[in-house]
Order: sequence, then C-alpha cells, then structure tokens
Amino acid sequence: MDSPPDSVGTIVRRHRLSTRLWHWLNALLLYVLFTSGLGIFNAHPRLYWGQYGANFDPSWLELDRFPGWITLPGTYSLALSRHWHLAAAPIFAFALLFYMLWSLANRHIGRDLAFRREELTPRHVWHDIKDHARLRFPTGAAALRYNVLQKASYVGVIFVALPLIILTGLTMSPGMNAAWPWLVDLFGGRQSARSIHFITAFALVAFFLVHILMVVLAGPLNEIRSMITGRYRVPEDRP
Amino acid sequence: MILNRRHLLLGATVTLAGCDRLAGSERFREALFSAENFHKWAQRTLMTRDAMAREFRPDQISPRFRANGTANPNTPEYKAIWRTGFADWRLRVDGRVARPLSLSLAHLHALPHREQITRHDCVEGWSAIGKWRGVPLRPILEAARLNDRARYLVFHCADDMGGGSAYYESIDMVDAFHPQTILAYALNDRPLSVANGAPLRLRVERQLGYKQAKYLMRIEAVDSLSAIGGGKGGFWEDHAGYDWYAGI
Repeated sequence: MDSPPDSVGTIVRRHRLSTRLWHWLNALLLYVLFTSGLGIFNAHPRLYWGQYGANFDPSWLELDRFPGWITLPGTYSLALSRHWHLAAAPIFAFALLFYMLWSLANRHIGRDLAFRREELTPRHVWHDIKDHARLRFPTGAAALRYNVLQKASYVGVIFVALPLIILTGLTMSPGMNAAWPWLVDLFGGRQSARSIHFITAFALVAFFLVHILMVVLAGPLNEIRSMITGRYRVPEDRP
Repeated sequence: MILNRRHLLLGATVTLAGCDRLAGSERFREALFSAENFHKWAQRTLMTRDAMAREFRPDQISPRFRANGTANPNTPEYKAIWRTGFADWRLRVDGRVARPLSLSLAHLHALPHREQITRHDCVEGWSAIGKWRGVPLRPILEAARLNDRARYLVFHCADDMGGGSAYYESIDMVDAFHPQTILAYALNDRPLSVANGAPLRLRVERQLGYKQAKYLMRIEAVDSLSAIGGGKGGFWEDHAGYDWYAGI
C-alpha cells in the first residue's frame, strides 16, 4: 500500500514482498501441518481437559480416525506424520516471528492492521457487517484499505490463533515442559493444551474457508494476482 | 470457478500423494528426519542440564495408570523369574564400565530411593500421572565406574517384540545423570505390576513414553549405538522410525 490510492481501474502495488512470501509459505506449511496433525491425532482420537487423560479418563471429544485422503501420509504412520509435523512446525513458528518483527519495522502493522478509533464504534462495525452480509465490497480507493472486519480477522489470526497454536504445540512436548514449565500452567495442563491445539486448528480451517470465499467473491484473479505479483487493479465503483 | 467437494477431495488427494512421493525419496526423508536434531539442540539450549520435569500433587494422580506396549513378556525366561517373585532376577550393568555390576531386587530396595509424581506422555497423545519410587541411576553408574568413552546407556529388556528381537532403548549421559532419571520398582505405592514393567523400569521424565523401558534386564554402556539392534538406538526407532530424541 505504498502507492497513493489511485483512481478506479489503475494498477497499484497492493501487497509487500514480505507479506506475499509469508502468505504462500504459510499456505504450504499450514497444509502440511494440518494434514500431518490429523495423522498424529488418529493415533489417539480422544481429547481431554486437564493435566492428564488416557483411555479410562472421561474425554470431551471422541472421533473416528480421519480418512486417508486428508491425512499425511495417506496411510497411517504416526512416526511419519510426526516427522512432517515437527519439521514444518519450527519453520512456521520462526516465519511468524520474523513476519511480526518485519511488519512492525516496515509499519505494516501500524498503518494497515491497527484499528483506528472511529472504526471501533458499534455503528461503524454494524455497518461493515451489513455490507459484508449483502456482499457489498468496498470499491475504488476504499478497497485499498482493510475494513474493520478484515482487520479483526487478520489481527485475530496473526496475533491470537497462530501464537496460540504454536504455544499449545510446545506445551505437548515433555522436553519443553522442563525448559518452560510456565507453559503447562498457562494452558492448565498438557491435555488441555492438546485440546486447544486441536480447536485452534479447526478455527484456522474456518478462517481459510471464509478467506477463500471472500477471494472468490471479490474477484479471484485480481486478488490472487495481487498476492503473487503485488499488483492489484482498483475495482470499479458500483453503478 | 466452481469448486465442489469432489474437486477439493481430488485436489487434496493429489497434493497429499505428492507429499507421500516426496517422503519416499531417501534424501528428502533424511531432511525431514533431521528436524529431530534441531529440536534436541533447541530444547537442550533452552533448558539447564538439570531442568526438572513437572512433579504433581498426590491428588493429581490418574485414577488408573494406563499400561501400554507389552502387557506381559510371557517368555519362558520371564515366567521363570516371575514365579520366584523376581528373587532370581538380576540387573546387569556392563559394557564400558570398570566394574560390572549384578544387582538383585533386594539390593536395589536397600539403596537410597527417590519418589516422584510425574506425567507419562505417550507418543500417541495421551498422558497419565503416576507416583514412581526407584533408585536414581547416577549412584549406580558411579558404582560401576563408567568409562570416559561411554556416551550412551542401552537398556535391554525381557520382552520379545517378535522375530527374536527384544525391546531396547537408549539415552545419553545428559539424561542418564539427571536427578529424576530413576530405575523404578514401585508405582503408586505398590510394587510394579507385570503390565507396568515388573520388576524394574526406567523413568526418563523429560522424554516420551517409549523411552521408559520396562522389564529391565541389563544396562550396557556403549560409545556408539550403531552396533545395537538396527542401529537407531531403540526398538521403535529401528522398526517404526520414531525419533531417538523423544523430548518432542
């Protein structure tokens, strides 16, 4: 968003290189992490709250094994699922950390993601919700700024969901429990952390589905091009 | 752009098949498996050598401690020692030691012991909290006078995992000399049951369940793991591809 908000139909630079690289790296890593994570879950498809939880203890969720078309690898192998998951996880975590620091330094967070005071009035938020529900997306120069719902979902993903899934993942590691005992207290136990990890994974899936839907509705070619090359055509005003 | 469930399903299957094919390549597998080294390095950098695993209160103990893996070795040798209440059982400590040991259960009971209420984390995802009593490994290693070249301890077990290969596991000296690393002979104030590894099992509290070798027969100090079993340092490491470093 370095270019000035141009007039309708012109091409502007929409997304920074750091955002584009991180976006596609995440797309790849989250795919590997989700599918290998389901493979790991299949080893014990029950979830508990608290410090402990095994077959004799009451679970809050018990599922059948996820089918092979959505797990990595396709045929059950806990060892291989773990290798995929544990190889992708540190790359994913450090990429998020670098992206946060980079976005703070280049003012992406301050300029594009931080809420402005007037955006947070109930009237403004309600107005944005109604526009979204009617699929009336911003046009012209307004399309170049994130609206309050977009900001809320990006801030929620970057600063809440992703850190949460990383920290709960670390909490499941007995070595990390010795290194950082506060992790166990933060989430109220290893099995609670495992449950939160699972819930957050599906919250990210929900984000992904809405995200894809929005891209499709807002004009997929223009949107996808802007995330690959950074170039975005300012959408025309509605007649 | 019309995406239906079948397209998504097909897409997912094709992509995952691609991942599976990648994992079939030897070099890619090596890269994937080497993440273990990063995790081991990172965890050991973040923790002090004697960083302790969480110890819990008595009221946090699991009502039932799930036993996993072999429930009963059932070999003629094991049955023979079980019948005598393990009176004839001896734990051998040998390999790269100056003074090999042969310890009876009575001898171990007479040594200073440690009690710890810790969480057992299975690689599958479940956890159980139990109270362990046993002999810290450190004084035993000191009594055996470990050779300077010894880098690992291999724990040989009584349970035959099929095809004549017995269960075994190994740890390095960082974990061998850790204060919570004990040879446990009691769980929740009762002598260890057969399902939980009678007469003696290892507790390495900063690692996953498959490290906690049951039915201990022999502790061998070695300078390399390559000549033991399949060379990867443990039965599941050899046969299923689990990480040797199980702190993850």
